[in-house]
Amino acid sequence: MSKYAYFPGCSLHSTAREYELSTKNLSQELGVELVDVPDWNCCGASSAHVTDRGLDLALNGRNLTLAAGIGLDLVVPCASCYRRLASSRKSLSEDPALSQQIAAVLGQPLALSSQVRSLLEVFTTDEVLDKMQRGARKSLSGLKVAAYYGCLLVRPAKAANLDDPENPVSLDKLVTLMGGEALPWPFKTECCGGSLSLTDEDSSRVLIERILNMAKESGAECVVTACPLCQSNLDMRQMQLAKSTGRDYNMPVLYFTQLMGLVLGLGEKALGLNAHFVDPRPMLQKVGLV
Amino acid sequence: MVETVISEEAGVTELVRQSGVNPNHCYQCGKCSGGCPLSFAMDYSPSMVMRMLQVGMLAQVLSSKTIWLCASCETCSTRCPQDVDVAGLMDALRIMAWRKGSVDRDNRQAAFHRAFLHSLKSHGRLYELGLALTGNAASGKVTKDLDIGLPLLIKRKIKLLPPRIKGRRQIKLIFTRTLESGGKQGE
Repeated sequence: MSKYAYFPGCSLHSTAREYELSTKNLSQELGVELVDVPDWNCCGASSAHVTDRGLDLALNGRNLTLAAGIGLDLVVPCASCYRRLASSRKSLSEDPALSQQIAAVLGQPLALSSQVRSLLEVFTTDEVLDKMQRGARKSLSGLKVAAYYGCLLVRPAKAANLDDPENPVSLDKLVTLMGGEALPWPFKTECCGGSLSLTDEDSSRVLIERILNMAKESGAECVVTACPLCQSNLDMRQMQLAKSTGRDYNMPVLYFTQLMGLVLGLGEKALGLNAHFVDPRPMLQKVGLV
Repeated sequence: MVETVISEEAGVTELVRQSGVNPNHCYQCGKCSGGCPLSFAMDYSPSMVMRMLQVGMLAQVLSSKTIWLCASCETCSTRCPQDVDVAGLMDALRIMAWRKGSVDRDNRQAAFHRAFLHSLKSHGRLYELGLALTGNAASGKVTKDLDIGLPLLIKRKIKLLPPRIKGRRQIKLIFTRTLESGGKQGE
């Protein structure tokens, strides 16, 4: 049985609540224990690191110190939080003077958690995958999936050592292992624009539309992701795209934890399948997953 | 005129010191601009920004749209054959623009960051509804994204009441000691 400190982040308590729900329920099935970091604060993405470096480091220094109190490796489901926490840990552990400055800002000694890991990494270890295969009650057989990694899970390679930054395969392998068809498609790591969807709708729309078009043209029936911002941009904005362009993609965008949960036989409530803008259930019904 | 150039060069030196990234290593291959998903919307492409910094055109870079349109996707930093952390430099440029006060009032990205940080400072975590309402009021587009805001509430994907962490005093202190004191920490 593996055990980790767990940092949900703001999105998993709001717009990505189905990611949190499916993560928690899946972890029980897989025998992975997640201990919530007590009283965690927002990691500051995507505003703190572009306005003040000390602010970015202190916010994440506080979280890392709280996590260190648990004494376990820290696992982070959100790609943005993961990047901020992992980068801050690296900067602070490599520079003792900086680390002292940040401790002074916090008004307390700084402790750094042993390692920061992404949830995708933790849920695709050999041990977990082995358990997945043995516990599988359903299969993704017949489902064509576009595995979408986005930016921060794989870039830059120095900070994120999860996978190849240009052609990552961990999500694809997971889909294949569960019996699904992971489509070859060229936009695995294209950027969805992140928070630009709130501040520059015209530019953001171009990016989202390109990704959805490519997924559709590649024959995907759904997109699978490991990032709350990618998920909400691709899922939520389809409705607005349909209104402005007349093209209705009807492309469900699922979290990898939801697909894993389905294969293990978890129900739609336990996986939050009702929380999406593009309802994935009709598509999942066709392949006998719900 | 000569004076301006000299002070801008000093500014670039300061930028290099703060970010640990040296734009002089760039040899203008253009890979960053080719891979940048937002170069189509920028006034200067990432490789143009590198060249402008090499020749000391800092003020023009600091008032550009480019630095705020960068989505921090890190494609440029990943692909640079000279190992220039272009995205890291974009962060440093935004920090510098912010500190020098050379950010336009109508800059929507900066307004978003301001509202985001206000929310974080008040609650310790993000209060999405408050942030959306502040943003809409600030931009004068009161009904913006109403078509997704209502379903978000119904699907319980945003909460009516703000989250509140116990360590709010410490969070406020972090702001006072970093951003609000002119950002001397972390350099």
